[in-house]
Amino acid sequence: MIEQPTALELVDAVIGFIETRAAPQLKDRDVFLARVAVNALLTLRREIEHGAAAEAAATTRLQDLMGEEGDFASLNTALCQAIREGTIDITAPSLLAHMRASIIDQVQIDQPNYSGLKAALAGG
Amino acid sequence: MEAADLERAINQVAAKLAPGATGASDLRRLSGGASQETWSILANTPSGDVPLILRRRPDSPTGSGNAVPLATEAALIRAAAARGAPVPTVPYVFQEADGVGEAYVMGKVEGETLGSRIVRNDAFAAIRPKLAAQCGAVLAQIHAIPLEGLPEVAHSSALVELEKYEAVYRACGAERPIIEAALVHLKRHAPALERQTLVHGDFRNGNLMIHPEDGLRAVLDWELAHLGDPAEDLGWICVNSWRFGNHAKPVGGFGDYNQLLDAYEAAGGTPIALERVKYWQMLGSMKWGIMCMTMYLSFANGADPSVERAMIGRRTSETEIDLITLLEAVA
Repeated sequence: MIEQPTALELVDAVIGFIETRAAPQLKDRDVFLARVAVNALLTLRREIEHGAAAEAAATTRLQDLMGEEGDFASLNTALCQAIREGTIDITAPSLLAHMRASIIDQVQIDQPNYSGLKAALAGG
Repeated sequence: MEAADLERAINQVAAKLAPGATGASDLRRLSGGASQETWSILANTPSGDVPLILRRRPDSPTGSGNAVPLATEAALIRAAAARGAPVPTVPYVFQEADGVGEAYVMGKVEGETLGSRIVRNDAFAAIRPKLAAQCGAVLAQIHAIPLEGLPEVAHSSALVELEKYEAVYRACGAERPIIEAALVHLKRHAPALERQTLVHGDFRNGNLMIHPEDGLRAVLDWELAHLGDPAEDLGWICVNSWRFGNHAKPVGGFGDYNQLLDAYEAAGGTPIALERVKYWQMLGSMKWGIMCMTMYLSFANGADPSVERAMIGRRTSETEIDLITLLEAVA
């Protein structure tokens, strides 16, 4: 609904400000922290673009896996409890497939260049 | 404590820092860890200045509650040296009467600790293929340190580590299915503690001083040392988070399992099965994931409001993607 600017445009404007105006004036640890701040904004950018779809897909998988309706948070809580209490088998292919798909979506947002992501994508 | 006061106190014991030293100068802060301070200082001798490193507990330390006292750390480094393991010299451990708090001085070792450089830079291309074997041989030396006469350190085992980190995870209030599944798997397959040795506890890129020509020159940061399963050290350096992108080389991003294990055995280490190393690697990934969560918590509770602490919370997912790959491999 909200545009001109969109959320992504605002994020890009702040990244541009940090990189071209602020960072060159910083020293020592603040140079590193500026880089981390840009990384945080890039993560936020990916989350704005893909976060909702990832959660919707995870919710659908959880409903199949748990055989019940519910939102992501309540189903995820139920799944964690089932794993903890041993009522779901941690070697079950359906569970492993759900966890794998969810974490691939999350790492694509958190750290898309992580080597373990490439390995997981190649292995699956 | 102010730098000038610290330098004055160090000067009081200058004669003990290097042979013939008459003073100490050029004290400079290198890094400010929350649980440790690191300083560089020069011992002034008639034949020139000797570069030294001072490790000191901050006046109000925060962070790792598992850290051994610095005097213990110094004693362990000296014990490792006596066994022939590459470690810095420790010319002096400060006494209470010296008035600088908990601290010791060690010799400066030339080299690189940053894993990204060790794994990628051309300067290390020639030594890289030898590093895994060097790590194996040095771990065999560390694990052969006689326990008699060592200062008191914690005892641990896979089950003790799991209990400790599960409690931390639960206290975070997070609900992460992969961490839950890893806890179930690791508890079910926890190996019995057959043989207890001194374990370095943090043997990985970042704590290993690597020289482009000689390779492993010094094992640093002994603060997490304890008695436990020697396979813990071999598994920890294989955690993917320390491979800096070089996923295909499980040992620190520079070597293979068999190089590590063969060299360990050749150097007199009691043979360790690869499965046991991989068990500890999985436990290590989970542990690092939970450590990232606790570092995020120090942001969330206001103790350290930096963007760096906030962002490290987003590194737990990297350990989870490694854990799911490991869990699938053993399912």
